[in-house]
Amino acid sequence: MVGPEQLLQLVLVGLTQGAIYALIALGFVTIYNVTGVINFAQGEFAMLGAMLMVSLAPLGLPTPAAFFLAVAGVVVVGGGVERLAIHPARRASVVTLIIITIGADIVLRGLALLAWGTDPLPLAPFSAGPPLTFGGAFITRQALWILGTTAVTLAALYAFFEYTYPGKIVRACAINRLAARLSGISPERMSLLAFCLAAALGGVGGVVIAPLTLVSYDMGLYLGLRGFVAAVMGGLVSAPGAVAGALLLGILEALVAGIWKAAYKEAAAFLVLFVILLLRPQGLFTRAVARQAGL
Amino acid sequence: MRPGGDTLALAGLGLGVALVPLGVTSQYHLSIGVFIGIHAIVTIGLCLVMGYAGQISLGHAAFYGLGAYASGLLTTKLGANPWAAMAGAMALTAGVAYALGRPILRLRGHYLAMATLAFGIIAYLAFVEFKELTGGPSGLAGIPRLRVGGFVFDTDRKFFYLTWGGVIAVVALSLNIVNSRVGRALRAIHGSEVAAETLGVDTAAYKLRVFTLSAVYAALAGSLYAHYLSFVSPPTFGFIASVEFVVMAAVGGLASVWGAPFGAATVTLLTEVIRDVMPRLLAYASGEHEVIAYGLLLILIMIFVPEGLTVGGLRALRRLGRAGRRVPAAP
Amino acid sequence: MDIRKLVPVALLLGILALGVRTAWAQEFRIGFVAAITGPASSLGGPERDVAVMLQKELDAAGGLPGPDGRKRTVKIIIHDDQSKADETVKAVKKLIADDKVHAVIASSQSPTSLAVIPIVTEARVPLISMASSHAIVTPVKDRYWVFKTPQSNIHVAVHQVGYLKAKGVKKIASLYVNDAFGEDSRRGLAEMLKGTGIEAVYEDKFEHADKDMTPQLTRVRASGAEVLIVHAIPPSASIITKNFRDLGLQIPLIHNHGVGNKPFIDLAGGAAEGVIFPIGKMLVAEELPAADPQKKALLDFIAWYEKGTGKPRSTFAGHGWDALQMLFPILASLPPDLPLEQARVRIRDGLEQTRNFVGTGGIFTMSAEDHVGLDERSMVLVRIEGGKWKYFPREKW
Repeated sequence: MVGPEQLLQLVLVGLTQGAIYALIALGFVTIYNVTGVINFAQGEFAMLGAMLMVSLAPLGLPTPAAFFLAVAGVVVVGGGVERLAIHPARRASVVTLIIITIGADIVLRGLALLAWGTDPLPLAPFSAGPPLTFGGAFITRQALWILGTTAVTLAALYAFFEYTYPGKIVRACAINRLAARLSGISPERMSLLAFCLAAALGGVGGVVIAPLTLVSYDMGLYLGLRGFVAAVMGGLVSAPGAVAGALLLGILEALVAGIWKAAYKEAAAFLVLFVILLLRPQGLFTRAVARQAGL
Repeated sequence: MRPGGDTLALAGLGLGVALVPLGVTSQYHLSIGVFIGIHAIVTIGLCLVMGYAGQISLGHAAFYGLGAYASGLLTTKLGANPWAAMAGAMALTAGVAYALGRPILRLRGHYLAMATLAFGIIAYLAFVEFKELTGGPSGLAGIPRLRVGGFVFDTDRKFFYLTWGGVIAVVALSLNIVNSRVGRALRAIHGSEVAAETLGVDTAAYKLRVFTLSAVYAALAGSLYAHYLSFVSPPTFGFIASVEFVVMAAVGGLASVWGAPFGAATVTLLTEVIRDVMPRLLAYASGEHEVIAYGLLLILIMIFVPEGLTVGGLRALRRLGRAGRRVPAAP
Repeated sequence: MDIRKLVPVALLLGILALGVRTAWAQEFRIGFVAAITGPASSLGGPERDVAVMLQKELDAAGGLPGPDGRKRTVKIIIHDDQSKADETVKAVKKLIADDKVHAVIASSQSPTSLAVIPIVTEARVPLISMASSHAIVTPVKDRYWVFKTPQSNIHVAVHQVGYLKAKGVKKIASLYVNDAFGEDSRRGLAEMLKGTGIEAVYEDKFEHADKDMTPQLTRVRASGAEVLIVHAIPPSASIITKNFRDLGLQIPLIHNHGVGNKPFIDLAGGAAEGVIFPIGKMLVAEELPAADPQKKALLDFIAWYEKGTGKPRSTFAGHGWDALQMLFPILASLPPDLPLEQARVRIRDGLEQTRNFVGTGGIFTMSAEDHVGLDERSMVLVRIEGGKWKYFPREKW
């Protein structure tokens, strides 16, 4: 059937995809924790990161500079979405806010379509060269970049939450929004910060995956849905849970496609989501938590 | 909402429906009218679920698709009579909705939204994968027309009457429900499920019933769609379609049965008009502008008129009326 | 009474107000539906370009000159079906009922073309498809009104199998895109493999929108196949090619004629190097032997297309060209003031009687049993070398 090398290959592929899902999932978790909103436009942040990187490529900038500029661009967009779409409706109901983020998702996708057209665009990998072997399996250099960048980003995020003041405030909001407010933390500023952070995370994900696939204006939906499922696996509130969920999801998809039938890969993510919601909506990794105050 | 006012409005709608095809000769515009009617039926069901029962459904296109495919399969593979197939499709979808609703309606808020999202996508994937049954990505063609004896619903005009007859029936039925004890129970649930429970309302049963009914409406619409185009394919029933229905419901006003056809019409017309008009203004067909306008409209409505355009428009009209009649304060 | 109740009524009256009827003054109207946007836009875009350019030439010339010297005005009404079958259906319905076209050319893809066959059959309007699935024109007794210009997937398979046999290959893997085109192509290959002793040891599919096919390719490697055959169009065809190289697979990679355009190479980058595929002769027109009957027509078309659009040649543009150019002489020969229904019947008959029409896809000879009019002689094997297409005749195998 499937030998150990193939298994290793599939796991590596799954981890690479899962790393991207993790970045997007963290974006969902951050925004949800701070504002209670599920940001349907999260996937588009990744798409924009990728698109901006592609546009910057012909300028001949060194990769780190282009990387930084692309992510910064997405952060600006994320902030814009928050100020223009979310902030004015901050007192609205959950349903309304969800629909607004759906609207934002549509607008971002439309703007991308207008700016870059329908054709998929290629991007050269960060470092040229043939794939490397690892225990009988192949791993492309770009995949190593993806894993590395994700690890570094997670570490930076951890440091941010643990050691910086804004980071601690975000965590406070996550633990109890009402109490945070009572402590004098401004929910509006936090909302903006959350969106910018989520945009940065999504943007990073988009930039590193761009060379591996083809970038097109509609790639956001695919990534967004999977990041979403991963976030749910973490109960929507737990960052480590989301990351673990994302990696598991990526590996599960690769295994289903590789061992069983490729066609069922799509269904795998959503069946997982469905089952979790029915059996354990608080996520796989969190203990049952009391509902957030301020319902 | 006074029942008398409703009856008058229904009569007005009936009159409008009867008159329109006499004046409109363009088949293309009649066919837009048909699509508006079909979308309106789905949207009314969604309004009942989202507006009155306070639940959210991001996968309603799945029921729409189930109705369409069931109707198509029963007629093409089993040779059933199209009307029987329609009834069968509605019954089948009701069964699926009931079976699905029982476990997932226990969930609240975001979790329910996600569960319906997941279900919608799984249904779409089923339409694509079960090729022997559904024709897979190529779709199912050759679905027969609806007919009564020798009279075949083959022109856009005839189908317009049929579809809007269905819309009127669905509106009437829904208004009936909303104005009844069931409707009051639903509104209680929407206000606060806990409070409703303490008052003795069996929230689970009511939510399930509304959910199932809305699925039946969607199946009816799907069946009409299948017999209208004679062809169904998966993309019509995907996640984006579910989102579009939610948009239609929101634009019309989530808790408004009358708002639903309005929302469906606005969104459908917007898409078609922009698609028709844009190429005349710009050199190349611009699906992009349409998409952006769509999204912007959605955001603006949700920010400024979250209760939907019908109620919001009404408020604006009333405010204008009041402004005209304002009496200056006595010195 | 609630004003909002009247809103739906007002709406319907609004639709009434919109009911304007458009009248066309042109003598002949051809409907042209292509996937200008959406996943198949690399096919529909060039097709649309050809239609636009030909319309300009017709307008400048004042119409089609007929054998009696009279010029007939022609209007090509172009629609975008966004690569979606529903839109193709809506567009064709509109063209037939509102615009009252004499013939329809639709569409760029196999599933969208299949969707409109019942409509044109019911309305008795001739249809020319620019897609490749053989199911579009077979069984011919159910396809009385339907023709197509691209070579069928069966002809492609003949070339692929010919190469496999010449190379002594015994085991292959077959990956196809999950739609009517991929399905039909895979089936065509399976048909041709029967009785050859060559076995497909692994078959699987992928979605058009998939971004990563390494799981399937991992199994290809594990299966021991000696050659991989892919049935897809860009972008998925390009992605799978990139994944193939990233996994370090060294076996030959053969595609079908879905990759006969520049976007395939652009998107796959260096990974496209060495890819072999059967295709119409357009891509290597310059390398054809001088005696080839299509050579001049192809070179003329390439020059015309590249000059008019500034874009590189495309076999898909050729499919659109073939469809329109087959129609023009038939239209020009029709007597004046023919009622629409009769005109449509005469056009259909004219298409079926096409003999030795030198097009870009091949030399077409239609008949009552054959609504494609081509066979495998219309194609050659091409290999991508240095980012360009190179003629790959048997001598070089």
